[in-house]
Amino acid sequence: MSDTSTMRPRLSSLEAAWVIARRDFVAVLFSRAFLFFLLGPLFPVLVGGLAGAIGGEVQREAVSVEIGLAMSAEDNAAMLGAGERLAPQLGGVLPSLREVPEAASDPAFDAQTFLEARRGNYAAIVTGSLAAPELVGTAGQLRRWEGSVSLLAGHAMQAEPTVFPRVTDAVVTTSAASERSTRIQTAQIAQMLLFLLTMLLAGMVLSNLVEEKANKIIEILAAAIPMDAVFTGKLFAMLGVSFVGIGVWGLAAYGLWSIGSDAIIASSGFDIARLPAPAVGWPLFMVLGVVYFAMAYLLLGALFLTIGAMANTVREVQTLSMPVTMMQLMVFFLAAYTIKQPGSGLEMAAIAFPLSSPFAMLARAAMEPQLWTHALALVWQGLAVLALVKGGSLLFRKRVMKSGGAGRVKTSRFARRTPVSVEPAE
Amino acid sequence: MDMAVSEQILPGNQVSGSSALPVDARPLAIEARGLVKSFDGTRAVDGVDISVPEGAIYGILGPNGAGKTTTLRMLLGIIDPDEGVRRVFGNDRPHEIGCLIGYLPEERGLYPAMKCVEAIAFMGALRGLSLKEGRKRAGELLERHGLGYAADRQIRQLSKGMAQTVQLLGTLVHNPRLVVLDEPFSGLDAINQGKLELMIRALAEDGVTVIFSTHVIHHAERLCEGVAIIAGGKVPYAGSVEAARDRIPAQVRLETRAREGAWLAALPRDTRRNGDFFQFPLPETGVEPLLRQLIEGEAGILSLSIERAGLHDAFVAIAGEAAARQLEADNQEPRA
Repeated sequence: MSDTSTMRPRLSSLEAAWVIARRDFVAVLFSRAFLFFLLGPLFPVLVGGLAGAIGGEVQREAVSVEIGLAMSAEDNAAMLGAGERLAPQLGGVLPSLREVPEAASDPAFDAQTFLEARRGNYAAIVTGSLAAPELVGTAGQLRRWEGSVSLLAGHAMQAEPTVFPRVTDAVVTTSAASERSTRIQTAQIAQMLLFLLTMLLAGMVLSNLVEEKANKIIEILAAAIPMDAVFTGKLFAMLGVSFVGIGVWGLAAYGLWSIGSDAIIASSGFDIARLPAPAVGWPLFMVLGVVYFAMAYLLLGALFLTIGAMANTVREVQTLSMPVTMMQLMVFFLAAYTIKQPGSGLEMAAIAFPLSSPFAMLARAAMEPQLWTHALALVWQGLAVLALVKGGSLLFRKRVMKSGGAGRVKTSRFARRTPVSVEPAE
Repeated sequence: MDMAVSEQILPGNQVSGSSALPVDARPLAIEARGLVKSFDGTRAVDGVDISVPEGAIYGILGPNGAGKTTTLRMLLGIIDPDEGVRRVFGNDRPHEIGCLIGYLPEERGLYPAMKCVEAIAFMGALRGLSLKEGRKRAGELLERHGLGYAADRQIRQLSKGMAQTVQLLGTLVHNPRLVVLDEPFSGLDAINQGKLELMIRALAEDGVTVIFSTHVIHHAERLCEGVAIIAGGKVPYAGSVEAARDRIPAQVRLETRAREGAWLAALPRDTRRNGDFFQFPLPETGVEPLLRQLIEGEAGILSLSIERAGLHDAFVAIAGEAAARQLEADNQEPRA
């Protein structure tokens, strides 16, 4: 044996995690299974299509169809009355009408300035008079609601109108409703992408731990370094593998888009170039997307590792992981639902609950420009990852590394074992 | 804690190890006091005390399910004891000195797709060795143990015995000061068991402390300076092998030409007759007075031998017949 005097007594936690991460990363990346794994996204695309349909429904609900009324009090009342009369026949076609309180209280109210200041949540605002209504809004909203407003104004003037007033337009560049409507699309796409990638990739951690149990290597690892370091190393190795996978899929998607973007736009109507810019801007949004993916992955991965720690057999792992998968689906739907309720208690709950937090916060990055909330959320999510890793490793030490017993009697206050009576040796 | 015997320092033999030092001057590599561990209300380990001096070969001897593996896992910090303390090289947190320890678990495990060299280097890396140095040492170790040709083979391509050797080399690649082996002889054929015994002796000659668990008495008897006998989660004896054997008086085995005679009265009262032989414990006065009486009584001594008690006899006396029977049954069953 050679000299051991220069040996360090132990690896630091980071070094230990690095040893595990390096081995796992290389082993997974250069395995045949990784090729199959890269083909994996084909299946989630189908699920994504279904979930996207739900998202579209949410967006339709979230987009404002409320038209503000900023006419005289009598005209406003007449318009509201006409709306109520026509609702039984045309309820699904007509916008809902609401008086703009600011217009009633401010004689100098300017609808154009009001909308451009992103105040209220109106699709458009009607000013002028019943005979000469003026519709103020973005070009898209004007096109959509011009006819309906004319119909309502005509019925407001007389019960059975023969002529309908011509609605004049006043175009504003944007409005809160317009901006929200378009950014919701970005938020939804980002959330969906984040969810699919997380679900696809986080399961790898679980299969990795199950493999180690099957190979009986885990005891060697547990004897050499703390379980926290083992878990951390495994999580980050699989995160690294995930980034490789995302890189490959990203390149493939870019290649596909470069070749057939015209065909894709023509067939799907989706043009990535026309995707509304997120509130924090594209570069920061991309960075936040990567960071929130890492957090979502680490959170779910740590949860899966904890499940792996609790389970003794592959069957137990499968049984235990199903509820977690279902729960992850539910938290995703929660985060998706709260897009239309910014600042609500539900959104706060989605942000506070660690597993849904990355999804809710990514949507927020698309919708709201504040940055400090992201710093706070990331700290919170990081703490949750640490807690899960620590809890998982504790469970592992308690539940998995059991042996002995061998049918000996259980200790209880009613029964005590007879001590072995042997004479002392010396 | 109801342990009957606990020796701070091992008396007796100096079979191997750093014998340049007087036995009682050696610091302790492992010290455990009152270790208790329960699983689901069952006490797997119940008040274990062990003291292992540096450089010793030490055995934990007991039947399957006695608590050997749980004891070793507590010593290594894989699990924490419910009660009691353990110190390895004076440190009560074994992971803090993980690089000084090598561990071969009972359930052997390696990554099947890994090459032998990489598997050994990885195990070294877990204990603080750089991968480059680990690969270099792995190559040397494999050559030295006749497996150089398999260095680049995947573990899944090896026989069970070869894979066990690779794992053992991985346990030693970082030159640990303490080697812990859980049932190291299990699953090995006689030749490989012999090789492993030689390796263990070589380690001790280099000053490495070796502690291993076994349910095979012969391995403990041949190799160990000290043993802890464990049964039912308790350690009724911990100390030197010699002291354990000395607890049973040596047996005298006598063969005579004459079958009857006055000389028979000279034999001790608890003499047993076994065919042509008489067997009795060595009298406290020694064998010389008896010999004189046998010669004077013309017994016609054909043979007389004095046999020291073996560790098996000591085990029966210490752990009881039931534990001894279980130990023998374990030895009959092939282990996974």
